[in-house]
Amino acid sequence: MIAESTLASSSTAHAPARQDVPAIEVANLVKRYRKADRNAVDGISFQVGAGEFFALLGPNGAGKTTTLSILTTTLAPTGGQALIEGLDVVTESAAVRQRVGIIFQRPSLDKNLTGEENVRFHAILYGLYPYAPGYRLMAPRYRRQVEDWAELLGLGRDIFRPVRTYSGGMLRKLEIVRSLVHRPAVLFLDEPTTGLDAPSRRALWAYLRDVRAAQETTIVLTSHYLEEAEQADRICVIDAGRVIATGSPADLTAALASEYLLVDAEDRSRLRDELDRLGREHSGDGPFRIDIATRDVHAVLRSIETPLTLVRTHAPSLEDAYLEIVSRAELGEAALGRATDTDPAGEPADG
Amino acid sequence: MAETTIARAGAQAGHPRSRPRRSELSAIAVIAHRDFIKLLRDRTRLFSELAFPLVLVLLLGPALQSGFGAPGGLDLTAFVFTGVFAQTIWQSATLGLVSLIADREEDFSQEIFVSPVSRYAIVAGKIIGEALVALPTGLGILVVGLLIGVPLTPIVLLAIIPVSLVVAVYGGAFGLLVLSNLSSQRTANQIFPFVLLPQFFLAGVFNPIHSLPLPLAILSALSPMRYAVELTRNVIYGLQPGVAAPNLTPWPANAAVMAGSFVVFLVAGTMLFVRAERNR
Repeated sequence: MIAESTLASSSTAHAPARQDVPAIEVANLVKRYRKADRNAVDGISFQVGAGEFFALLGPNGAGKTTTLSILTTTLAPTGGQALIEGLDVVTESAAVRQRVGIIFQRPSLDKNLTGEENVRFHAILYGLYPYAPGYRLMAPRYRRQVEDWAELLGLGRDIFRPVRTYSGGMLRKLEIVRSLVHRPAVLFLDEPTTGLDAPSRRALWAYLRDVRAAQETTIVLTSHYLEEAEQADRICVIDAGRVIATGSPADLTAALASEYLLVDAEDRSRLRDELDRLGREHSGDGPFRIDIATRDVHAVLRSIETPLTLVRTHAPSLEDAYLEIVSRAELGEAALGRATDTDPAGEPADG
Repeated sequence: MAETTIARAGAQAGHPRSRPRRSELSAIAVIAHRDFIKLLRDRTRLFSELAFPLVLVLLLGPALQSGFGAPGGLDLTAFVFTGVFAQTIWQSATLGLVSLIADREEDFSQEIFVSPVSRYAIVAGKIIGEALVALPTGLGILVVGLLIGVPLTPIVLLAIIPVSLVVAVYGGAFGLLVLSNLSSQRTANQIFPFVLLPQFFLAGVFNPIHSLPLPLAILSALSPMRYAVELTRNVIYGLQPGVAAPNLTPWPANAAVMAGSFVVFLVAGTMLFVRAERNR
């Protein structure tokens, strides 16, 4: 756990996130790379509120990293508009960069530098401290903060050792500490836990939760781990550069993946007859799948007299919902392809 | 779906618009600082940067000297030494700048590109950093030059410090222009032999260039490395009147061409680089 005071003292240079303006507004954003024959981002729109934890999900090549690159101003969009705290990422890129932090897919620590140097260079680049050629020449306030960070990371004097000697989990944690030094209003995490083992992933998320609580930082995550996205306030699923679903994890799960009961018996024909008699719609030749909400399972089981050999309830996970969304989008695209083959005037369906 | 046009009312109040100039200077210093300490911690690179020029200075100079004697009293060992010294510093800075391409997709440079530092400050920091990186190599070559008896008076040794910096910064600006037209490290590796190797001969690193046939004379005049080599020789030979000097363009002409082309390289290179960075 981190002390709130440590985070609060990380930087005093910038005002905390503003509540009156959405943290992120994206409208009809389009990006087509040079020499590409289709848009990597194809007219996506979404909004993220201040302090929200927002996840961008999608298969490889869906346009997640491209979107993040545009929002962090390192890539110019082909069309549309994106604002961070009301600031345009194209025309006010310097002010936007001051207000965002990013954890890249690939680690961006300089392996030739020590942990402290990596953080120091970041602090100087963001204008928090004037340049000084050595640690001992830096402002006393900075040196006190370094001691706090070393303690927070459990590094002690190792913060003065080259980062190439750190473990994978420690590198990620140091990157997150560094990305928060200038106290960004929005923190982008591009698949931050790729390559980390389960304990490191868990520790990282515990740390990020504390950061959110202490700093009210807006977090935008892209991840392949659906259990990580499950913690988000809202999820936006994109595929082939388009938004295909947006909502809370619970809403998406409820809307798209159904709950069901799976039952089986040694005497399957008796069970089938009984289900028919009870008017319970079922599918399969055994086990039988009955589409009902988990809360109704008890009543159904009580009404069945055939001795059962299998009873299993299925509560849908976000992963089920996600797979459902993506496969529906792909089916839709295939159908659209067929439609446009035969009907050139056909309106393209919005993914 | 969000609305097509985003309402911006009240969005701007209280945001810092531009950074103070002091922050930009600090950023330039820290980017240069990082390049320099990276070199100091990379002993293999230090050694490899020194190895090739030393081979030329220690083997080619004396070999030419023993083969051709001293045409017009010119010490060929010293001639090759001065050429290789300037070429090494110039080329080290040129190649250093091109490392921005490789850097872009790894380690710390991603971090530099998303920071609020202006692209111009990034370029300035990188050029200064790579110029500083070239200096220890130059120092190594100087020491070897003294050991093998190249005539270098104390005043030459003093004057060579600012000249080396000028040559390195000039090489960095040229590197920036080349870099801004390349898309990947692979392209850079393919292109660079064609950009650098002909300049070894056109710049007169170890051969005379003042009586070339017209087509070669034009190419030689277009070779940026030539001016770095000639200016260095202007200083080294100019400050030692007793030592037989090769044919050289007068220093004001070399300095003027360098100043003019430096501005063109820097402005065009930075503009193209910034544009290419964002419009991928």
